[in-house]
Amino acid sequence: MSSDRDAIFSSIRKALEPIKNPAPMPEWDTELVISRPSGEFASLKDQFENKLKFASARFMDSVDALGEFLKAEGVTIGYCDPALAGRFAGLEGVEIETEYDEAKIDVYGFGITRATAGIAESGTIMLRDQDTSARLAALAPWIHVAVIDEKDIVATIPDAIERFGDDPSIIFCTGPSKTADVEGILIEGVHGPGIQVALVI
Amino acid sequence: MKSLQKIDIAARDLSEEVHDANFIGAKMKSERRYAALERDYADPDKLRETAGLIKQHTLENLDTYLEKAEAALQRNGAKVHFAVDDERAKQVVLDIMNEHGCKSMVKSKSMLTEEIHLLDFLEKNGKEVVETDLGEFILQIDHDHPSHIVTPIVHKNRRGIAKSFEREGLGDYNDDPETITRRARKFLRQKYLDADVGLTGANFVSAESGRIALVTNEGNARFCMAANKVHIAIVGIEKLVPSDRELGVFLNLIGRSGTGQQLTVYNQFIGGPKSAGQPHGPEHMHVIFVDNRRSEVLASDCREILRCIRCGACLNVCPVYRQSGGHAYRSVYPGPVGAVLSPLLAGNRFPELADLPKASSLCGACNEVCPVNIPIPDLLLRLRDKAKREKAGDAMKGTPDLTMWAVLCSQPTMWKTALKMGHTMNYIPTEMIPHPSAMSWQSQRKLPKFEGGKFRKWFKNHKSN
Repeated sequence: MSSDRDAIFSSIRKALEPIKNPAPMPEWDTELVISRPSGEFASLKDQFENKLKFASARFMDSVDALGEFLKAEGVTIGYCDPALAGRFAGLEGVEIETEYDEAKIDVYGFGITRATAGIAESGTIMLRDQDTSARLAALAPWIHVAVIDEKDIVATIPDAIERFGDDPSIIFCTGPSKTADVEGILIEGVHGPGIQVALVI
Repeated sequence: MKSLQKIDIAARDLSEEVHDANFIGAKMKSERRYAALERDYADPDKLRETAGLIKQHTLENLDTYLEKAEAALQRNGAKVHFAVDDERAKQVVLDIMNEHGCKSMVKSKSMLTEEIHLLDFLEKNGKEVVETDLGEFILQIDHDHPSHIVTPIVHKNRRGIAKSFEREGLGDYNDDPETITRRARKFLRQKYLDADVGLTGANFVSAESGRIALVTNEGNARFCMAANKVHIAIVGIEKLVPSDRELGVFLNLIGRSGTGQQLTVYNQFIGGPKSAGQPHGPEHMHVIFVDNRRSEVLASDCREILRCIRCGACLNVCPVYRQSGGHAYRSVYPGPVGAVLSPLLAGNRFPELADLPKASSLCGACNEVCPVNIPIPDLLLRLRDKAKREKAGDAMKGTPDLTMWAVLCSQPTMWKTALKMGHTMNYIPTEMIPHPSAMSWQSQRKLPKFEGGKFRKWFKNHKSN
């Protein structure tokens, strides 16, 4: 094993040896990567809402709206992060479990977990492993509801990257899981959620 | 009869159906790419050029960055392995599986695993492996290979896929793309839950934090790190970028360049095993850095090709790829990037693929769309030169013999004499010259009257002024 390591480093160094002046790291301003806004928005929340819709995700800003939506979708049971469960206790006709049971992976119609941030520039939901109560709850149900505190909506992708901290597994979700593998036809809900909800509170 | 290059034969023999699927798919992705970049950036070229410089810098300091990445990953609790070639890489994967007592694997898309033929090897060694990207899953059940880096089954249609699903017992014949997708969802869901190990590739690796960035749309890479306890990431050594900050540059380019998306649906940043309080996900993370001739490419005069981020934009825009499709390139990496990379990665089998750099009109579209600004036409020319010098036979097929011309051009005295004699051409019926390329050229054109050859004399007489 270590011999492979030595061999690789030795061939890399041999390859680089003739390069007398290795290419310098270019200076670049963060502005360079920030995309042109698609309109004028009164707030980051408004921009976030606009871009979420553009990415085929759903924006909601009240628990009642979520309740109506779940009812319309005919969903009756799901999982919720125990730290958030209090907010959803009043939802009628919906059973909520706060301990994720893997055996019920196909029973849960929705999963509610906390999002660490929202990105207004792209309509992206950012999930940090340390803030996600159960990975499968954010991934396996047809409907994933990411609960975002309005003050956690950041403007740009670089802003979100600055919030990575020391988390071992960060996920950006921009819309529902999708594929266009079969004849380029877009189908939502391949392995992950077919419906991605951002609930801003 | 002019002898044809292998790629011309492949293009000629392609069914109309497959040709149209390739062509339309490529054209659509090119248009979306252009629209997304122009919509979002005042100067998209500045972004591409910067990305190219960042990658070039990283490659030319690769030893430093690779050491940094290794240290960061170890700090995060991941185990780091190195593999010099395909054989070693496969063995390392098998050893890790055995070490943890793993029997089954779910894997997400990785061109490197195609390159080293990992699936066959693991299956021969008694492991169950399931591809989870929808396109790759279909290729696996069909024992087929990807024809495009990003959309691997662009050469297939729904009827063929429906037949394959029926054959594999995934339901009665149904060619509705939504039904096909739902059936795969149901089947693969169980595989994720049963698997012991999840294997992924890596789109980028941040040397500073050790984070591996994975770019997907389906969510399968997430599922390869949810129910299983071991995660293996297999990574080419060229995937490094200096720090997390640079990820902002590349994420903004890869989605737009590949499929015209601002961001792909999922961007994952994996630095180590799951966090302490998390009930799901791998407790062990192994990262395998694979060379497999990349350091040879780094030593060559084509090292710029290692900047490639595998977005597929050069395939989509290439007039040759559009006509021939990906399989015509007879290697894992098709299109313009493949025409450079595949012969280089072939090592002493270079002559077998040395014809690929000729599969280009050098129109330069690949360079124009490349998110890391790789001068692909220049690299193709360097490889044509290499093929000529190494007398790679197949590469010369269909090329007229220009030895006489080369001798003439490289001898100043002969050249001057020839120019003086040039006017005699006007009295020769040139269309009768029995040289295949001369005849072919003149079949559609007429050689103009020679009026040159007087400049040198004129210049000599006016020199003193």
